[in-house]
Amino acid sequence: MTTSEDQRAPLADGGPSSPSAEPADGRPLVSVRGVTKRFGADTDAVTALSDVSLDVPDGAFWSLIGPSGCGKSTLLRVMGDLIAPTEGSVTVGGRSAAEARKARDYGMVFQKPTLFNWRTVRRNVELPLEVLGMPKEQRRERAMAMLELVELGEFGNKRPAQLSGGMQQRVAIARALSFEPSLLLMDEPFGALDEITRERMNDELLRIWQRLKTTVVFVTHSIPEAVFLSSHIVVMSPRPGRVLREIDVDLPHPRDESTRESARYFELVTEVRETLREAQQL
Amino acid sequence: MNQRRRVTLNVAGVLVLLVALWEGYRAAALALGNTWPGTGVSLPIVVRGSGNAAQFPHTWEIVAAFWRPYRGGGELLGTFLLGELAYTMREVAVGFVLGVLLGFLLGVLFRHSPLAERGLMPYVIASQTVPFIAFAPILVVSVNQVDFLPVWMGVAVLSMYLVFFPMTINTLRGLRAAPATAEELMRSLAVSWWTRLWKLRVPAAVPFLFVGMKIGATAAVVGAIVGEISAPSSAGIGGAIFAFGRVSNNSLQLFATTLVAGALGIVTYLIVVLAERRVMRVYEGTGS
Repeated sequence: MTTSEDQRAPLADGGPSSPSAEPADGRPLVSVRGVTKRFGADTDAVTALSDVSLDVPDGAFWSLIGPSGCGKSTLLRVMGDLIAPTEGSVTVGGRSAAEARKARDYGMVFQKPTLFNWRTVRRNVELPLEVLGMPKEQRRERAMAMLELVELGEFGNKRPAQLSGGMQQRVAIARALSFEPSLLLMDEPFGALDEITRERMNDELLRIWQRLKTTVVFVTHSIPEAVFLSSHIVVMSPRPGRVLREIDVDLPHPRDESTRESARYFELVTEVRETLREAQQL
Repeated sequence: MNQRRRVTLNVAGVLVLLVALWEGYRAAALALGNTWPGTGVSLPIVVRGSGNAAQFPHTWEIVAAFWRPYRGGGELLGTFLLGELAYTMREVAVGFVLGVLLGFLLGVLFRHSPLAERGLMPYVIASQTVPFIAFAPILVVSVNQVDFLPVWMGVAVLSMYLVFFPMTINTLRGLRAAPATAEELMRSLAVSWWTRLWKLRVPAAVPFLFVGMKIGATAAVVGAIVGEISAPSSAGIGGAIFAFGRVSNNSLQLFATTLVAGALGIVTYLIVVLAERRVMRVYEGTGS
């Protein structure tokens, strides 16, 4: 435990935790190979995922987008070893998904913030650090640094229920990143927020990602959100869930309000939308 | 302070209402000659006689009985009942604590092992479908056969028997109350079963644990009184009820003792409610 602490640069220093400067250096971190997932018994089994293969490069921001029932959340859960695939395999940094989970490679953020209201905001962020056995003083410091990062430094002693929905989701992000996992899995994290708050959260998430260079896999059904955030978009279609098309997003960083008004942004939004419409007609 | 005054007024109001109903019924029954008007049909409760043999005494006669000697001069009934109350309270406290612990442990076991739940839950439920009054004497006497246990332990075990069931059910419900994503979060952190239990499931179960304990609190008193009535020692409040009701047939003393039994039930329940309030203030972070 102590050695891994030494390797992880403290966030308070302000530098990125990973030495790689480029967001995507081409080396795959997550490798999904021929994943099929069926739910239910043989005769009336539902195929949620059919033969999905993906390679997510280290440091990339990938979005999975598609209509409901396309298996995007299922794929995310297979990646995180929350459910086992019926066929196929997932590796993360060369390890199986189960090994990666046991090595605490995953930070999870769900649509619901899933904070524990019996804990203060700060102690919610400390939860993964407690599990990892970090000493009290150190994890308190780390939690405060994470709360500063999501701009909630003054709310450490509040209870989650006292915070707005957007703030709660920022706490959930701080918690997921507190132990510096190599992969951040996000399941429609801003799906329950209003449009204005969602855009602000998108800006904030990009800022954090730019700083930490954590690899992100992000499930959404919002096209503008996927285009604004991602380096790469996987468009999926339902019945059975499969990959329809992959689209590289070449919008320059840093992205801000002017990005949302650029011609290239609109082109990409249109491209994703047309692909999704095709998916509906299949 | 304001709230406390409102509670006091409410309690006083309920007491006045109960006394008024009691005395009103008593006066009406006497005026009507204990029959429904115009018929010869008897009223459900007949008011007859006075003093120790009264079938429906005045409320003030009952209260005054506390300050009278309860048996041919000497000790006052109130003093005697205080002693018996202490005896019963020990049984209630021990029965309650044992029942809560047993119920909690069974709840944890059933949450941990679906096999254990499938295998044992039918017996847990069956244990409660048997009318407990029927085998209360057997249980109390059997426990009293065990040499190293004190005499009151038999009654405490009967009390426990009534407490553990609501506690098991509510613990199990509470341990299942954490949202699916919270369970997924713990899985993604690859925590041990033990960590998941203490950092997620038990804290999420806290409000349910108090539901179980509140039901258990009143059940503990019922168990203790019934146990004492069945026990050969005829100690405690239940023992006094048996003595006044069956042996000496003294209605004033019987009513007074029943009043004490009722008060014990209410106080036991209120102790759990107060504990709940204190714990929930910390739990929800609404304390000062």
